[in-house]
Amino acid sequence: MPRTSPSSDSSRLAVETVGLGRVYKTRSETVTALDSVDLKIREGELFGVLGPNGAGKTTLIKILVTLLLPTSGTARVDGFDVVTEYRRLRPRISIVSGGENAGYGILKVREQLWMFSQFYGMPSGPARARIDELLERLGLADVANRQISGLSSGMRQKMNLVRGLMTDPRVLFLDEPTVALDVGAARDLRQEVGRWMEEDPTRTVILTTHYMQEADDLCDRIAIVNKGRIVIEGTPHSLKAEVQRDVVVDLQLEPGTPLLDRLREVEGVGAASVREEDGIDRFSLLLVDDGVLTNVISTVERSGRRVAGLAKRQPTLEDAFVKLVGRSMSEEEAN
Amino acid sequence: MNDRAEGARLFLKTIVARAYPRVVAANRQKSWVFFDLAFPLVGTFAMVFVYEGLHAPKQFLGFVVMGGAMLAFWQNVLWSMGAQFSWDRDNGTLELYAISPTTFEGVLLGMAVGAMFTTTIRGAAVLLIGSLLFGVSYSLSGILPAAGIFLLTLAALYCLGMLLASLFLFYSREAWHLSNALQEPVNFLSGLYFPVKALGAYVGGAASLIPLTLGLDAMRQVLLPGTPRFLSPGLETLAVAAQIPLFAFLAYSSLRFMEARARREGKLISKWS
Repeated sequence: MPRTSPSSDSSRLAVETVGLGRVYKTRSETVTALDSVDLKIREGELFGVLGPNGAGKTTLIKILVTLLLPTSGTARVDGFDVVTEYRRLRPRISIVSGGENAGYGILKVREQLWMFSQFYGMPSGPARARIDELLERLGLADVANRQISGLSSGMRQKMNLVRGLMTDPRVLFLDEPTVALDVGAARDLRQEVGRWMEEDPTRTVILTTHYMQEADDLCDRIAIVNKGRIVIEGTPHSLKAEVQRDVVVDLQLEPGTPLLDRLREVEGVGAASVREEDGIDRFSLLLVDDGVLTNVISTVERSGRRVAGLAKRQPTLEDAFVKLVGRSMSEEEAN
Repeated sequence: MNDRAEGARLFLKTIVARAYPRVVAANRQKSWVFFDLAFPLVGTFAMVFVYEGLHAPKQFLGFVVMGGAMLAFWQNVLWSMGAQFSWDRDNGTLELYAISPTTFEGVLLGMAVGAMFTTTIRGAAVLLIGSLLFGVSYSLSGILPAAGIFLLTLAALYCLGMLLASLFLFYSREAWHLSNALQEPVNFLSGLYFPVKALGAYVGGAASLIPLTLGLDAMRQVLLPGTPRFLSPGLETLAVAAQIPLFAFLAYSSLRFMEARARREGKLISKWS
């Protein structure tokens, strides 16, 4: 179901952070996980926080859901300060994390969901009705009486989403919700999130992910986070516009000597990244214009590597990320 | 509904909801009948045979049987309350408790109440079967006072269990080892299989910090006349009663401190940060 974007004149903020920071100190080192993050997320938005593993996404979410205190700055969620008003905030938020294994395997799906509903003080009757409705919508009605220990990971994550939605939170946090899910289960989850927001345009979702396509498909706005800082923020369209004037080329090479650094040194190559797939190195290159391609091909030929394919394509968020950060998400994670 | 009434309602709902998995587990995993009934009986019987071998007076068999019955409740506190938060942290459940509007106290009490079903059956089985098999007789006039002391001891024990739950999170990422480390020393210090007086004034006095020690001794004194007296049953009962608010306060403070520290440091509640 297509979701209408929140109106741009919506002034009520679901999330507001000012100079938000978090430093972890251990005996041997001090790690800055979050550094001066300023965010304004409007009510009704589906806001994506995109970045490689270790970028600070989860730290940000943990602060916003009151599990972690910031070491600097302030954060308000649904109007409540996460540090001083966390008890009033908690009934209004919910979180679903990827690979979540919480609860008790001995319980049946419906029983576990009921148990969690009671921790929010929901009356049992309406809670059960709401649970059944959501199970039906997510295609879990048939397994409602199955023990959780017998669920597949996809079913389990759908059940976790039901847990997140059943209390009708004002702000729902989804922390890598589709990680390690098959395509069908991930699609079902995304659809349900969209439908849930559609039911009430004031509901807000904060999604962290490192799947570019997921962020592109779902989010009204996105913040790209790297090394604890927000690199850029905007709509998927505006982020892709960052690379709109560039020529985006997919270059496929048969295996051979490493070439990424040499390609980055070619004049006119704005950014380059590579991933290996089916024994082929697939380079994504951002070129300032078509003419640069000649120099690129010359560099490849001098290296002795054989070209397996070459194609121009439309820019993606991944390209925007590579241009802004200088490296691909996987390279950042490897670092 | 005002905030206080709403809080009380949420607290009760939490107890019922968290007790539920334990009750369900008792019905769906019948193996507890074997592990929770047969094994403890064997342990208790072994101690009875030691006393019989030594030709000890019959009341000593009563010490052992009553100690065996109370052991069930101590182990419930240790494993079903003390260690449970650590396991809940490891699978991410503790985070969900923390984010929800409910309280840790409600969750912990729910765990204890839920486990009470199997624990009570185990305790009662040891008491009944042991008493019948070995011919232990009790003072009828002591039954009612003993029931009162038992309830007070239970309340103090469960408050201690709540305290242990937060302490386990502070000091150990391996609840299993900590529970094991506490089990045998407490079994010894609380005089599960012998009268507390045998520990002497200093060790017995120190051991009195464990509610089980004085509670069990007071119950023995009223049910088994002739039990060597450590303190009078009235004084021991008073001490156990005083431990209830003491441990409740310590548990509350400790849980609040744990939550604050968890938010400050980014660990304890989360399995990673």
